[in-house]
Amino acid sequence: MMKILTVPPGVVARHGSKAWPLGLAGAGLLILGSLLSWSYDPQVLGDLSISFNPGGLQIMAIALALFAVILLLARKGPLTFLGQWADTAKGLNALATWTLLFMAMVVVAIAVEAGGLINVQPGCWVSLLGAVALFVASRLVVSRKTRDLAEALLPGWAEILVIVVIMAALLFGTAYALNVADGWVLLLFLVFATAMAIGGTRAGLMSWLGHVSLRRRRELILASFAVAFCFPLTQGGSDANMSIAAQVLVFAAAAMGLNIVVGLAGLLDLGYIAFLGAGAYVGATLSTSGFATIGWKPPFIVVILVAACFSGMLGLIIGTPTLRVNGDYLAIVTLGFGEIFRLTMFNLDGNNGPDLTHGPNGIPAIPDLIFGNFNFGDTHYLLGIPLSRFSNYYFLLLILLAFVIMVFHRLNTSRIGRGWVAIREDEKAAEAMGVNVFGLKLLAFASGAFLAGMAGAIKAHVDVSVTPDQYVFLESAFLLAAIVLGGMGTIVGVLLGAVILKLLPEKLRFFADYRLMLFGLLLVLMMRFRPEGLVASRRRQLEFHEEDEELAVRVEGDIAEEVQG
Amino acid sequence: MTLSTEAATASAPATVPLLQADDVTMRFGGLTAVNKVSMTVNEGEILGLIGPNGAGKTTFFNCLTGLYKPTEGHVRLCGVELPPKPRAVVQAGMARTFQNIRLFANMTALENVMVGRYCRTSSMAITSILHGPKYRREEAETRARAQELLDFVGLGDSTEHLARNMPYGNQRRLEIARALATDPKLVLLDEPTAGMNPLETRQASDLIFKIRDTGLAVVVIEHDMRFIFNLCDRVLCLVRGETLIVGTPNEVQSDPRVIEAYIGTGIDDDDDDDDDQDSDGHDGATNAQDEQDTP
Repeated sequence: MMKILTVPPGVVARHGSKAWPLGLAGAGLLILGSLLSWSYDPQVLGDLSISFNPGGLQIMAIALALFAVILLLARKGPLTFLGQWADTAKGLNALATWTLLFMAMVVVAIAVEAGGLINVQPGCWVSLLGAVALFVASRLVVSRKTRDLAEALLPGWAEILVIVVIMAALLFGTAYALNVADGWVLLLFLVFATAMAIGGTRAGLMSWLGHVSLRRRRELILASFAVAFCFPLTQGGSDANMSIAAQVLVFAAAAMGLNIVVGLAGLLDLGYIAFLGAGAYVGATLSTSGFATIGWKPPFIVVILVAACFSGMLGLIIGTPTLRVNGDYLAIVTLGFGEIFRLTMFNLDGNNGPDLTHGPNGIPAIPDLIFGNFNFGDTHYLLGIPLSRFSNYYFLLLILLAFVIMVFHRLNTSRIGRGWVAIREDEKAAEAMGVNVFGLKLLAFASGAFLAGMAGAIKAHVDVSVTPDQYVFLESAFLLAAIVLGGMGTIVGVLLGAVILKLLPEKLRFFADYRLMLFGLLLVLMMRFRPEGLVASRRRQLEFHEEDEELAVRVEGDIAEEVQG
Repeated sequence: MTLSTEAATASAPATVPLLQADDVTMRFGGLTAVNKVSMTVNEGEILGLIGPNGAGKTTFFNCLTGLYKPTEGHVRLCGVELPPKPRAVVQAGMARTFQNIRLFANMTALENVMVGRYCRTSSMAITSILHGPKYRREEAETRARAQELLDFVGLGDSTEHLARNMPYGNQRRLEIARALATDPKLVLLDEPTAGMNPLETRQASDLIFKIRDTGLAVVVIEHDMRFIFNLCDRVLCLVRGETLIVGTPNEVQSDPRVIEAYIGTGIDDDDDDDDDQDSDGHDGATNAQDEQDTP
């Protein structure tokens, strides 16, 4: 996006001085226009028809304009102290480009939804004009030298405040996005979020946050979980979004388990969903469902352990013979295993073998969990806010996810994690240095399976029924896609990837038919332009860019800072 | 053949030698890369392994360290037979470096050495996840020992540097530090000064003396004759996979056959040329084998 419409340097030299007033004027127009009515039709895109009562999209436009004003004032004006750190020119460039895209899409959206450009009110045109002015101004500003962001220290409370504010913005952003019913509004919201994120990144906000998060890791983790725990409170007892959120968490926990196998040990596993399925089937057959085929009804804490151990054992059994093959062969063997699992569950219906799974009918009517007096099926109240069935499971799944992340992180930073990296780097040398290559691969396989088993046991109760067709190859592929998209071997990246891959299809129903095609396209583009994923693990980034000396030097600087901090 | 065995037994003390390789033979299909080579290494000794290109030096190293399973022959460390598994060999106390440096390029110097500690530490999955006091103590010890070894080889200041960013000479040192981290009794160095300038070469021989002074035995493959003859207590010369001579540097240096192997006699030209091509063939074949084994 940066490269769009670069202005010849001569023009910049002649008109550069006009950039600042033009930019401010553009931002002012954008705000003014957003306060006016955008459309005649109150039915479209939320209500944008009343002046001085901005609807959702108008508030977004105002937020974009305010961000632009902050960046402009950081160049010249009361906020220049920000300007010495932030690369305002790059930030403005990106922000203005996306703002223009946002406004253009608004015009298109109104025209499409309300039937014709005639429905676009003058306010919207004013805003569009403002966006154009801002865009032109952003092309005329020149980058200035900035100071090293590592030296930008704020008092401790201020850094924590920044973290809290960003987390709160994330929480409200997500809650808002989930409640949006209109596909256009959601799409525009995503453009808005991208504009803010890219503008901030280009201006250096993200790298500064990186430095802060190194200093305040504990606060950041606490804040993230606090936000995640607060999320159901924003839903007012509605189950619509919470059921999606619970699915996202199951998916994220499974993806994180697979991340141990793929991201850390570097093994390609295409049948991972089978382990989730194994956990779910154990959870179902040991539940108190009337259709459960095993008479033993232990408490859930035992069930989840049995499910995890069963999956882990399955992982060991599959892994022992197959982990002796490498790369592509392993992928094919695991792919086969995934299918074998599904067909086995399909056929254990009493006709072809013992009746364990009721074949294609699966095991329905799995009752809700009950911990003591706490029934997961009932609505509970916290501070007067109702928390429905899926909210209850959401909390349980959040605890599971936290556990999975902890296992992932601690394994990654331990002796075992070092062994995995060594295996990925040079298997022969690792072996010659005494690393137990086979054992460590098997461990990755088994621990990934173990965690998937735990997730599966809970998933059985969330879903109420377990059938073989929930565990098809496509699900394995999606899990893998979440990891590749988000960033192999990272925690934040894989969570992000899982949310994107699970949430977007749910919310953007209108492209449900094309979702496989779009994901395929997305993955191809990712592989071409950013193979290390959205959030890059330092090590993976180095592995994908063997030739990039500059990157290696930069990473070294980061390591040094981390060691000191 | 007989000569070499005699020399070996003559210089060995009455006790069990540290490393004893008996009649090690390695065949790749019809090609015999190493033919009945025997070698003993005593405690605190520096042994040089020389020979023209393709003589089978590296293949012999691979047989000793379990990367290859020798077709025939035995390798004993402190009198105990070594299984042909790299991990078991390291566990038993023999570590190596590689001819073409094989560091973990995207790990820092410290992490590289910490990987070397792997076989001397024991915390597994559950301990690592629980983060108990034992785990923390062991991690701290690993880190401290790795730092100590980096200081020992003279890389104390480059702890947090990525291996791939380090200069060539330092990468060689780092590989030695990583090998030392496995607490070996014997270190095998495959061409530790290849591509180094004279100053770096001198530093390398200082380092090898320093390692010997800590009580370890060292076996060095090298082409630099001055380096080898200054450094080693004994030298073994391999030619076309067979032992030509074992002896003190002076003996080897003055042996006409060694000179012939390196320079040629220049009289019976036809014969010699053929042999040269042969040995080149060896080289190619062994390299091809190397590459095949590397995934």
